[in-house]
Amino acid sequence: MKVRLLLAGLALACAVPVLHAQTPEEKGLEIAREADRRGEGFGDFQADMRMVLITQRGDTSERELRVSTLEGTGEEGDKSLTIFDTPRDVRGTALLTYSYKTGDDDQWLYLPALRRVKTIASRNKSGPFMGSEFSFEDMRGQEVEKYTYKYLRDEPCSELTCFVMERYPTDENSGYTKQIAWIDQKEYRTWKVEYYDRKESHLKTLTMSDFARYQDKFWQPGKMAMVNHQTGKATDLFWSNYRYDTGLSEADFNQNSLKRAR
Amino acid sequence: MIVLLRQTLVALLVLPSLAAGWEFRGETGLEGRYFTQASPYEAADYSTNSSLYLKGEVFHEWNNRDDQFIFIPYARVDENDSERTHADIRELSWIHVGSGWESRVGIRKVFWGVTEGRHLVDIINQTDLVDQVDGEEKLGQPMLNLSTVRDWGIVDLFVLPGFRERTYAGEEGRPRTPLPVSDHARYESGAEDKRVDVAFRYQQYFNNGLELALSHFSGTSREPLLLPEALSPQQLQSLLLTGSLPAGSDPELVPLYNVIDQTGLELQYLNNGWLWKLEAITRSGQGDRFTALDGGFEYTQVGVLDSAADLGWLLEYLWEDRDALLASPFQDDVLLATRFTFNDVASTEILAGVIYDLENDEKAINLESSRRFGNNLKASLEARFYTDTAKPLSASELYLSALQGRAENPGLSPVSRSDFIQAEVVYYF
Repeated sequence: MKVRLLLAGLALACAVPVLHAQTPEEKGLEIAREADRRGEGFGDFQADMRMVLITQRGDTSERELRVSTLEGTGEEGDKSLTIFDTPRDVRGTALLTYSYKTGDDDQWLYLPALRRVKTIASRNKSGPFMGSEFSFEDMRGQEVEKYTYKYLRDEPCSELTCFVMERYPTDENSGYTKQIAWIDQKEYRTWKVEYYDRKESHLKTLTMSDFARYQDKFWQPGKMAMVNHQTGKATDLFWSNYRYDTGLSEADFNQNSLKRAR
Repeated sequence: MIVLLRQTLVALLVLPSLAAGWEFRGETGLEGRYFTQASPYEAADYSTNSSLYLKGEVFHEWNNRDDQFIFIPYARVDENDSERTHADIRELSWIHVGSGWESRVGIRKVFWGVTEGRHLVDIINQTDLVDQVDGEEKLGQPMLNLSTVRDWGIVDLFVLPGFRERTYAGEEGRPRTPLPVSDHARYESGAEDKRVDVAFRYQQYFNNGLELALSHFSGTSREPLLLPEALSPQQLQSLLLTGSLPAGSDPELVPLYNVIDQTGLELQYLNNGWLWKLEAITRSGQGDRFTALDGGFEYTQVGVLDSAADLGWLLEYLWEDRDALLASPFQDDVLLATRFTFNDVASTEILAGVIYDLENDEKAINLESSRRFGNNLKASLEARFYTDTAKPLSASELYLSALQGRAENPGLSPVSRSDFIQAEVVYYF
């Protein structure tokens, strides 16, 4: 099972020629499963992320962090370690996440000044990640089970053709009632997602670009731009230094390794 | 001061270019305090105080990250309290990571525990109490620590050569002890501060939300008993006849460090956003064996008032059954705290907490707020208030009550009459 933390969100899929009367819900699920299948088998990867927070007035501030992810085997979810480099006052803070297909993730935060590991109790899904326009749930793995789906239509997206489908979070703590995703029919990359809040009004739009292929197989966006239509604020994520097969193992994702994360 | 600061910063910023593969970083903080009450002690009768600290960090890793070296020097300068002007090596250690185990050798800091009200189980490092009145600041402890990770848990073994004495505010410090604390500590162990102490801890995480740790420490207590020093026959005579010590007597409190055995339990259970916590210890070797505990829960309301902000709640009950003569202020207390997290770009937070002593009807109130400015600067405002109205005992009264064998819950008397408001700016580089 893959839970590409911090990236995902993105992939969904279909494939499988439609032979007979398939409901839009069935077709949506099929697209999601195929996108999920294409992201499987990555083993482990590491990447760097730069986050640019943009206010309505255009003022910017930045955060930098590094992510390591180990793919779960069998029924296990992925494990990931995020290390914050800036802003300076949170430098060295590290977040260890065990994700699960269903139910809440387990998360521990290492506070270097206190040399203390704290269990994160909050079931905060809709809250902002590091003060950005990305919420915690936007940054988490997008497993098939976390939504129900409904295919809407095919639509051209740049030179490609995209499936357009709706997905509805199954988690009652989600900040969204609905998302609309644009997924290309060739590689099952997600190019755009529209987010609808609990009042069902259009809250945010995420646009992905600068895709690159790794290991001849895995497509990752170089840029993810989130715009909040209600506040006028925006956040750009720039991904770099993607590395696969870096030799990570379970030993890199326990409390001892969390305490010496750098 | 600013010029000196800048020169120091420049010097530290230039260093990295001299040594590739090494990381140099640090932080410096300037703190100003305003005391809202007159001090009962002549030597500490001032209403404002400023203080500056500098903390460096040198880090190097090699052998494909399986070896790490870290050095953290720390120094603080205080305007009034010469005891608070001090320096320490917080860390100077080498970590080696093997397959399923790691060794950590040198001066280090280790934290154990889950609660916020009181860190009962945390015992490896000595508290740098003069630095921070909340006891969260620790002195570096020399150690050999072997840690092994297994499916059934993580086991840590510690050998702790060398003991660090607790730091206390001096005569000119605020807040301070009723009598100044002597530099000549007494030890139960013949080896005094050279005794080699040992400890172990086992911890396990169960994926149903339960976390558990068991620990044991055998060695010199980090927490001393503070005993009024023995009086001379003349002083005693004067005290008994006139009710007060002769003029010019400056008795001190002498720290006595016993050899203790302490077993600790940490339990944490996360269910549906409720984080239940318990810390308990039993200690022998310092008076009668006693038990102490701190237990409660933490819960966070997310997206309050239709905003991105979170509102966290913390409720803990603190209890101990120690002899009244040796009791801590936390015999029967409740901690209630709330934290408002704005989740904004500046990471703005406001925290309010109260410890209420159910026995003495005293409250210690703490307000804190902080936010970031730009990328490298963090500012905080803090206020600490103690509602006890008792005037701290004078030296003569202290000895008289000891002679009469009156044993009372000390409550918050050591910190009474030292309410303060504090502003601090920390620069990270």
